[in-house]
Amino acid sequence: MLVLALVMVLLVWNVVDQARPSISEFGVGFLTGTEWNAVTDKFGALDLICGTLATSLIALLIAVPIAIAIALFLTELAPAVLRTPVGMLVELLAAIPSVVLGLWGIVVMGPFLNDHVEPWMISHLGFIPFLDGYPSPVGLLPACLILTIMIVPIVASISRELLSSVPSDLKAGAMALGATRWEMVRRVALPQVGAGLVAGTMLGFARAVGEAIAVTQVIGGSLVRPQNLYAPADTMAGRLAAQYSGAATALQKASLAYLAVILLVISLITNLIANLIVRRMRRRLGTP
Amino acid sequence: MHTNDKSGIIDSMSDDVSQSESTEADVVGEPGLALARSQAKLAEMAGQHGDSPQSGRRVVFGLEDVSVSYSGMVAIRDVAFDIHENLATAFIGPSGCGKTTLLRSMNRMNDLIQGAEVAGRITYHGQDLFGAGVDAVEVRRRIGMVFQRPNPFPKSIYDNVAFGLRIHGMKDNLSDRVEQALRHAALWDEVKDRLKHSALSLSGGQQQRLCIARALAIEPDVILMDEPASALDPVATLAIEDLVGVLKNDYTIVIVTHNMQQAARVADMTAFFSVDADEKTGNRSGVLVESGPTSDLFIRPSDPRTEAYVTGRFG
Ligand SMILES: Nc1ncnc2c1ncn2[C@@H]1O[C@H](COP(=O)(O)OP(=O)(O)OP(=O)(O)O)[C@@H](O)[C@H]1O
Ligand SMILES: [Mg+2]
Repeated sequence: MLVLALVMVLLVWNVVDQARPSISEFGVGFLTGTEWNAVTDKFGALDLICGTLATSLIALLIAVPIAIAIALFLTELAPAVLRTPVGMLVELLAAIPSVVLGLWGIVVMGPFLNDHVEPWMISHLGFIPFLDGYPSPVGLLPACLILTIMIVPIVASISRELLSSVPSDLKAGAMALGATRWEMVRRVALPQVGAGLVAGTMLGFARAVGEAIAVTQVIGGSLVRPQNLYAPADTMAGRLAAQYSGAATALQKASLAYLAVILLVISLITNLIANLIVRRMRRRLGTP
Repeated sequence: MHTNDKSGIIDSMSDDVSQSESTEADVVGEPGLALARSQAKLAEMAGQHGDSPQSGRRVVFGLEDVSVSYSGMVAIRDVAFDIHENLATAFIGPSGCGKTTLLRSMNRMNDLIQGAEVAGRITYHGQDLFGAGVDAVEVRRRIGMVFQRPNPFPKSIYDNVAFGLRIHGMKDNLSDRVEQALRHAALWDEVKDRLKHSALSLSGGQQQRLCIARALAIEPDVILMDEPASALDPVATLAIEDLVGVLKNDYTIVIVTHNMQQAARVADMTAFFSVDADEKTGNRSGVLVESGPTSDLFIRPSDPRTEAYVTGRFG
């Protein structure tokens, strides 16, 4: 315990130490700066922060409903013979190394999106801001989808475990009052595990925010701000992974470390919020 | 389907509750009392020759050659008898004879168990309970159920009772309905000041009465109780039994029990089940041994197995 805490503190201190030149050069202005230029030695993180938040949140938005639906299917609807194989399939998805998933993103998903999905979206949903533009095999959309694929198994297996922990006599109690299965799920099962679902979602978010390799492979690593959902962009983790070993200047290296500090802070805040929500929900439900 | 007009029930309730008030005080500190009460009840019943309790009453459930199996394994077979309106009918018999199984078939809770299958016919007010076009959800709304272990939702006391009302859109006068149900379950006085508290903060006996209130709130016609007092102490048990005695004026009650004395105390009619091995296959399954007025079963059993069971546990 103490050792763990010590390692944590050392790690944070080390990262902050490395970022120090950039911190003293740009200060908090780093967060709002939009330039990332190794030639002029000017660095700002706004576009990367936006890229990280956009990809992670969009991925979460798609992944959470799918994951909960899978969990509900597995716990409530699927016949016993299907439960184990489908459950295993979902877990297997989580076991795919992200670099392999990213490779699949480059070779299969990117071109498919470029040829079929994005043209359709542009012609049918183009009236929505940010959804108009030109198809691209690399960009925000494939990054969001890759992250979705990575989050779904995490949230699904947590949700599944939570939902199957709902006592069967509570479910039977609801059904015996003439609830349909859906009413039982909505009014008894989901509220019972709500806090856990939030925590699971937060875990998924943290995973998405921190994912570097697969995102780098499909997002396009653009230095300019994307004008739409299809255009190449970049995230903090992606930039950090792609540029650190080849950084041209000391300030660039320090700025990349600064990104790492921001990532640390985000995951800290995520954890804190998750904990708060879990605690509040528990108190409301009266469960220990 | 048949609908009961329940208006007027609630008004008469407070009297019923006050009538039974004295009993709980009597019970405290008198260990032999439950036994004395059941024996007195039996003696009283034995004296009433002539009219059987069921005569002139409408049949609510008709069981015709009912067998229930789980994935092909027969749990209980060839059950045939009627259950009458506004009586308390007890299912008694040794563990594993299929009492719970039969009870769960009567509000189609068995539908939820994979592999469970009902053969034969169960009618409810003359209608085939498993007929085409019968909605199991609607069946469960009319035929309420109380489980062996109290299973309140981890919500407030109020929300527990309001649960069924909200689901079924009975949201007019919600708080009145909640209050009425709690009064009907003889719980109101104990919880009226803490309706917003978690139901899990109640004692086991209170939780079970809350579950009864929850079932009563949606104005069912029948209440099925599966050993409702088996997880409770003697005082809480007698509170539940008193409640059954009051509720049967307004509802038809089926109560599963292991406890002979309890059957003698609360039930007008009793069905005794046993476990039988099939002569050919040797498979064991539950069977109905006999059913009829409780006093007949206990005092003049017509089957030696009933007599053995009743005297073994009761004399
Ligand atoms: N969900 C189930 N799946 C398979 N078999 C079951 C299931 N529930 C009950 N059984 C079997 O059916 C038979 C009757 O069980 P049931 O629970 O109805 O008995 P019971 O009379 O209620 O017993 P007890 O008095 O112990 O509650 C038993 O042999 C039991 O193993
Ligand atoms: Mg049972």
